[in-house]
Amino acid sequence: MTLFRPLAPLGLALALLLPVVPAAAQNGPLRIEITEGVIEPLPFAVPDFVAENGAASQLAQDIARVIASDLAGTGLFREIPASAHISRVTSFDAPVAYADWKAINAQALLTGAVSASGDRVVVKFRLYDVFSDQPLGEGLQFAGSAAGWRRMAHKVADVAYSRITGEGGYFDSRVVFVSETGPKNARAKRLAVMDYDGANVQYLTDSSSIVLAPRFSPQGDRILYTSYSSGFPRIYLMDVGSLSSRGLAEQPGTMTFAPRFAPDGRTVAFSLEQGGNTDIYTLDTASGTRRQLTNSPSIETAPSFSPDGRQIVFESDRSGGQQLYIMSAGGGEPRRISNGAGRYGTPVWSPRGDLIAFTKQHQGRFHIGVMRTDGSEERLLTASFLDEGPTWAPNGRVLMFTREGAGAGGQPALYSVDISGRNLKRVPLSVAASDPAWSPLLP
Amino acid sequence: MTHLPKALLLLAVLGLAACNNPDRYGAGGAGGAAGAGGLGGYGAGGIDSSALGGANDPRSIAYFQQTLGDRVFFAVDQSTLSDTARATLDTQSQWLAQNADYAIIIEGHADEQGTREYNLALGARRASAVQDYLISKGVAPSRMRTVSYGKERPVEVCSTEDCYGKNRRAVTVLSMGAGA
Repeated sequence: MTLFRPLAPLGLALALLLPVVPAAAQNGPLRIEITEGVIEPLPFAVPDFVAENGAASQLAQDIARVIASDLAGTGLFREIPASAHISRVTSFDAPVAYADWKAINAQALLTGAVSASGDRVVVKFRLYDVFSDQPLGEGLQFAGSAAGWRRMAHKVADVAYSRITGEGGYFDSRVVFVSETGPKNARAKRLAVMDYDGANVQYLTDSSSIVLAPRFSPQGDRILYTSYSSGFPRIYLMDVGSLSSRGLAEQPGTMTFAPRFAPDGRTVAFSLEQGGNTDIYTLDTASGTRRQLTNSPSIETAPSFSPDGRQIVFESDRSGGQQLYIMSAGGGEPRRISNGAGRYGTPVWSPRGDLIAFTKQHQGRFHIGVMRTDGSEERLLTASFLDEGPTWAPNGRVLMFTREGAGAGGQPALYSVDISGRNLKRVPLSVAASDPAWSPLLP
Repeated sequence: MTHLPKALLLLAVLGLAACNNPDRYGAGGAGGAAGAGGLGGYGAGGIDSSALGGANDPRSIAYFQQTLGDRVFFAVDQSTLSDTARATLDTQSQWLAQNADYAIIIEGHADEQGTREYNLALGARRASAVQDYLISKGVAPSRMRTVSYGKERPVEVCSTEDCYGKNRRAVTVLSMGAGA
């Protein structure tokens, strides 16, 4: 896939820890702006793209639908359906009938065109600030193979999202997860990847061994995971292109699990259990050099690096129950950051660096929450019988996690939630799923 | 029983293990492959299933599992052995001393109340507590390995303490080939 022009950065920055509402429609650039008020999603229109040749007619509709789904799916935008449109867009380069879009209160308008020739598809689009009577940023085009049409749609939506919110996008990304079949006492698990929206599920392993907690490399080209393929839990590294795996940190009589990459894409932090005690280690995947970071009779696990690679957040029950700690990436004395009632586990450092997401157990309920890296401003975003294992969207704006119901029928599923706690929704998948891990934004 | 060829006994043991937990040997693991190949070689028709002995045959795995008890249970988030657990492990250790051909894998398990990684570590603690106790009772460390399944392999799937109590367990699993 080729991006013909670099994406123009736009100066519509805003912090996203607070609820957002669209700005007043008239006068001033289109943007979503923070207030403490109630969310009113920004109305937008994405008419079917113009098919520039017959072979592109279906794609022209499908691409527009994926873009609209991406934007509306954030909860920050509301699509005005085609049935309400006054204008029809029949030519990509014709002047925009702003008045017709104002009349239906479409604050943002996204138009596009698609041409298809053999396996090659070219997608062009423009974004308009309707009430300013002008384009919002330059038009762009993407070209790629027909099989990648959804990715092109996601890229268009990422640009639109980014221009309006000032945030990085996250639609052109994938999620690796564990698909689950069978009863809970004989569960078969396979590694799988999907587009962030649940499309294009592909399996990476068969179900002959238990597999757990896959994690993408920072480049998205490799996946760390834990497998029982040897009969004992061990961490493995899979090359996504070839699907070949190799074991890491082989040491008979030990169990290794909970691996996660450092931002350098070379160092892996993980847990190693020996004689019943679990500590955190790092491994240089190139040289094989292993280093022990914690040395405590308690359980230390679930390490996650800060985006600058200098620190690691992890969980430990050294105080008697699971709590969150931060230490230097080289080890040393950790400082405890979680201080509320209950147990805290599976900490994950935000790609923006500002927040730690975690699983909290309190009074028989599970929560996904976030706190600042000093432990302040803890906010619980969800509550259920079992919510677990958050993973960050590439822009640090959305979390995905596992939700599982009680008893034999409580199949696990993937859910996502905005870091404001809004827009909780289930990722549409036809299989039961757990342990999601988001990729970086794809190139 | 004692005259049964060792290969047949191995087959039976692998079969039992497979029924208990199909994932123990993993993908194309040595156990599963050997079992399938061996079965073809000997022919299933020649195997007398009664030769394994039932729960009343004191040298049988069934006896170990059902009559002596192959598992001990733990309190919530704990890995300390109760008096009941110690009594079970005492009888296990005596049996293991008299049946030295068996290798031992101690599986540690947790209930679903906990995060996946923590429960893996907790299951390892439980398995290790059992291993340490059996060592203290004279079982050779070289015969034993531990494995944690965390919350991956509950035996009961209801989400109440009735089931959780049965899932918070360590199971002593036998197989042939202790290097004896």
